[in-house]
Amino acid sequence: MISFLLHLLVLTNIYVILGVSYNLLIGYAGLFSIAHAAFFGVGAYVSMVVALSLGWPYLLGLAAAVVVAAVVSGVLAFPALRVSGDYLVIASLGFQVIIFNVFMNWESVTGGPAGVPGIPRPGVLGWTVESPLALGVVSSVMAVAAYLFVRRVVSSPFGRVLRAIREDEVVTQALGKNVTGVKVVVFMVSGGVAATAGSLFAHYTTYINPYFFTLEESILILSVVIVGGAGNLTGSVVGAVVLTLLPQALRLVELPEALAANLRQIIYAALLAAFMFFRPQGILAERTLTLTGKD
Amino acid sequence: MERLLRVEEVSKHFAGIQAVSGLSVSLEKGRIAGLIGPNGAGKTTLFNLITGFHAVTSGRIFYREADITGLPPYRIAGRGIARSFQDLRLYTKMTVLENCLVAQPRQAGEKLRNVYFRPGWVRRRDRECHQRAMEHLAYVGLQEQADRRAEDLAYGEQKLLAIARLLATEADLLLLDEPTSGLDRGSLRDMIQVIKGLVGQGKTICVIEHNLDVVRAVSDWVVFMDQGKALASGEPEAVLADRSLAEIYFGA
Repeated sequence: MISFLLHLLVLTNIYVILGVSYNLLIGYAGLFSIAHAAFFGVGAYVSMVVALSLGWPYLLGLAAAVVVAAVVSGVLAFPALRVSGDYLVIASLGFQVIIFNVFMNWESVTGGPAGVPGIPRPGVLGWTVESPLALGVVSSVMAVAAYLFVRRVVSSPFGRVLRAIREDEVVTQALGKNVTGVKVVVFMVSGGVAATAGSLFAHYTTYINPYFFTLEESILILSVVIVGGAGNLTGSVVGAVVLTLLPQALRLVELPEALAANLRQIIYAALLAAFMFFRPQGILAERTLTLTGKD
Repeated sequence: MERLLRVEEVSKHFAGIQAVSGLSVSLEKGRIAGLIGPNGAGKTTLFNLITGFHAVTSGRIFYREADITGLPPYRIAGRGIARSFQDLRLYTKMTVLENCLVAQPRQAGEKLRNVYFRPGWVRRRDRECHQRAMEHLAYVGLQEQADRRAEDLAYGEQKLLAIARLLATEADLLLLDEPTSGLDRGSLRDMIQVIKGLVGQGKTICVIEHNLDVVRAVSDWVVFMDQGKALASGEPEAVLADRSLAEIYFGA
């Protein structure tokens, strides 16, 4: 039982990392990409390759995952520079599909649809993080770090420019801000942070395949942000908890497994639609900062 | 008089429509120029060309004798040209103070490497920015409203906030697009004072304005535009007294 709860803790932590990094992009910068699972996947695959093919230590794999995902995310930013709003959704959808197909078809590296088993547990300075408790602690440290890292971004003057871009891109340019540059940076940061979740996931489950990183997964991460509240980082933590525990709660209702799996998708979709309709600001709404003369 | 901005033989076609054709005009430092003319004369298009939001079809634009034609809008703003919009385009969900904070140029904390590696410096610089933002708000009389959301301000106050936000850019040349439209008498008087006072802060102004009383009250000289051309320029009284222009303006 305890180890099951610790398993849920690790899952929640992974979605906290994905949620806060995605919130940075869609909640703060207003860049509605739906390719977040792709960066999650790039992080997982890069970390796996570094561990299995190169045999390097975990932290190097984590660093490589962040760098590669940031670069890939920066590439997605390029279409996003020209298109915004609805078109970015389409462009990022295409991007998501391309990345998924790379995972599926670049078999020599990714193992193709069968995936890759035997990914080692994370090791830090000669200590292998093996026990459920240790994994729970390490994943919590990573989630807290990701949260604090993103909070720092959004509460800085850079974060102020992000919200300005979300409100009005044209006027933000007219006021002298390099909107293009800011978008590239925020895409890179968001993708890089998401990659840490991917790396954690790959070394936690010790097995990955492309189906973990599909469009459905992007939509699940979107639900975390929307349910929790776009533009509110604590909301993403709440959203991650809710959406990790919800399927477990559904398990208590005894249903045939096949039906339960389908039901889960329907419930996510219904939840998203219900929030959009009844409480578009999410569980925790964005706060208006009042900070005259203070920081 | 030093010419701050020089527009030389600038033309702009939009799919067959000649919005601006062969227009030349200069703005002199420290003066307020009124840009007048009937709707569709190309006044806002001229602002869009100067600030880089539209590419010129032909011609060149110089600011402080440097060619700025074809630069992206943020670079032009960075050189010292800021413009307002007819529809204000405030950051309505952000506070009044934040509207002015965002606009300030070259903030340390706009670079993430400073945010992470030089946090103390970023904090200090941001405190200075807060102070300056409050000064800009005080200039237009909105310091008491600093913590309110921009969308909660009265219309007249929103127009003043748009000016404070321009001031925050520290640009030397301000292009104002109908800053007084829709204002009641009292707000109109305030706005005229605010615009005239900008010159004392070292600003050069070009203002698109339909209210001819306002034109007389604020401008040192006016340019009359029609069909993408500058038909006349000079002292406000002289231009406004020209009957042929009045016919174009009011329709004969």
